[in-house]
Amino acid sequence: MSLATDLPHSEGRATSEASKTHGTGTEKPAPRRRSRQRRERLFQWLFLVPAVVYMTLFFGYPVVKNVVMSFQEYTTSTFFTGEAPWVGFTNYVTVLSSSLFSTSLINTALFTLGSIIGQFVIGLALAIFFQRKFPLNGILRSLLLLPWLLPLIVSSAVWRWILDKDSGALNRFLGDLGIIDTGIPWLTSTSLALIAVVGVNIWIGIPFNLTILYGGLQEIPDELYEAGSLDGATGWKAFRHITWPMLRPVVSVVLVLGVVYTLKVLDIILGLTNGGPANSTQTIATQSYNLSFHEFKFGEGAALGNVLVIISLVFAVLYLRASRRAVDE
Amino acid sequence: MTTALKAPPLRAIASKATGRKNWGYTALAIFFLAIMLFPVYWMVNASLQPNGTTLETSWFPVKPDFTGYATAINEQAGNLGTSLIISLGSVALSLAIAAPAAYALAYFKVRGAGVVLFAILISQMIPGIVVANALYTAYNDLGLLNSIPGLILADSAHGIPFAILIIRAFMNGMPASVIEAARVDGAGHLRAFWSIVLPLSRNSLITAGLFTFLFAWSDFLFALTLTTTEAVRPVTLGIFQYIGAYVNDWSSVMATAVLASIPAIVLLVAAQKYIAAGTTGGAVK
Repeated sequence: MSLATDLPHSEGRATSEASKTHGTGTEKPAPRRRSRQRRERLFQWLFLVPAVVYMTLFFGYPVVKNVVMSFQEYTTSTFFTGEAPWVGFTNYVTVLSSSLFSTSLINTALFTLGSIIGQFVIGLALAIFFQRKFPLNGILRSLLLLPWLLPLIVSSAVWRWILDKDSGALNRFLGDLGIIDTGIPWLTSTSLALIAVVGVNIWIGIPFNLTILYGGLQEIPDELYEAGSLDGATGWKAFRHITWPMLRPVVSVVLVLGVVYTLKVLDIILGLTNGGPANSTQTIATQSYNLSFHEFKFGEGAALGNVLVIISLVFAVLYLRASRRAVDE
Repeated sequence: MTTALKAPPLRAIASKATGRKNWGYTALAIFFLAIMLFPVYWMVNASLQPNGTTLETSWFPVKPDFTGYATAINEQAGNLGTSLIISLGSVALSLAIAAPAAYALAYFKVRGAGVVLFAILISQMIPGIVVANALYTAYNDLGLLNSIPGLILADSAHGIPFAILIIRAFMNGMPASVIEAARVDGAGHLRAFWSIVLPLSRNSLITAGLFTFLFAWSDFLFALTLTTTEAVRPVTLGIFQYIGAYVNDWSSVMATAVLASIPAIVLLVAAQKYIAAGTTGGAVK
């Protein structure tokens, strides 16, 4: 989770390293020293080799393989015959022209947008609240991390039971308060399921937003607020003119990372609704899973997976630009 | 929310002027915590209800009943063991790969180090389903489906990039002079790394190890896609199977969920220092 904010740091380092290597390069070492240096370099690379091999096999290879598969008719029979005929863009045409695609694209957008807004707003409000000094602040704040540390499938199971129409805790609570007469079908109604899934995902994401934003707030020097209060900037004004501008770099990183992580979400949706009812919570990620692992159309699943990669890459570019801006500021 | 926004200036003034403890805020914080942790409470509460006898779970476990746990342990003990083996294996593999890499990235001015770091960051954008889709076909050819080594290798994809970044961030802060002194004394790279760098990096290794454990323990996607039989079944998949069908025995589902949550809860309470280090990642500096 440090990935976000680590980047400015690493970029700054990369440039300083570049200038250093440039400096030693001008010394022109003697041939013998050079060969020893070469051996030294080789040795240093050995430390990096296992990681490079792993990353290539478990990230590089899948991406390339997925691109190849998306142009093949890759089905269960491929596993027996070993044949996967080239079909050009057929998989993409099938996947993109399917009526399910627009549904899952809209669901992905709503799911991501709803989750991010909810997590961020509540996370920021809590982060600001925890800026106050009060007893047990640290312990209570760290206990708030629990929803984020639980296995996602555990959270899904618990929420399935809480949101149950007939005997779930939420409906019983609302019933006891006299707000509702009959149980609300949170997860079984086509109009409510997506809202319920977003709600659960917000619950899971609040701790991450709270922690990173809290860290960002702690970095803002107190003197700024003291100077601001002399100029009459207190309360909302202080937030608008001091807190928000100072927090901006952290905010952009939290938001972009949040989007990238939310686009990939599979566990929560599969656990809560399995994409249903009637595909009302089907996203691009879950649909790609269905195509490959339920309908065994691996080629089409790969094509849809690549669509998801492209969407993520757009945000990756935004992420890199945001963190570069963070370095500049 | 508007009162919360006034926090910083008020905080400075109030704490300086009076110095009295703000227990009111503590009460409010406990209220927020209670809402956020209600599902966790509900999980524990539901796991202690007698199964099948009542339609509705009562609000408190007045008469705790452990039949749910009996069923859970009876049916899921093997899966919990599988999860434990896979998670420990993933920790070992991740640290063995990540620690040397982090050392190289932090200390040596290796050409291409920037590219490696960039690749690590980009790897976080790759959806798990894309990795699973390609791995399934490769695993099928290699005979790694339904195997513990296969899942250890795949689950480490959650932990290795994270472990490299967090250990490297820590090693960046270590004085280079310590290692140079060892090297001058004639210690080779391996010895300097093993007997100087690793012991000094203990805290970051623990943090990375704990998170790698949690990532592998929580893995659902690879368990779901890279197993096809009952032979190797992590507990996350056991839970998914429970809730995949119509559930009429929630107490044993919730008891399994409680058992699957134990690592997270234990780590949060017992290793809170390391967890905090992992979440901020020494990054928001």
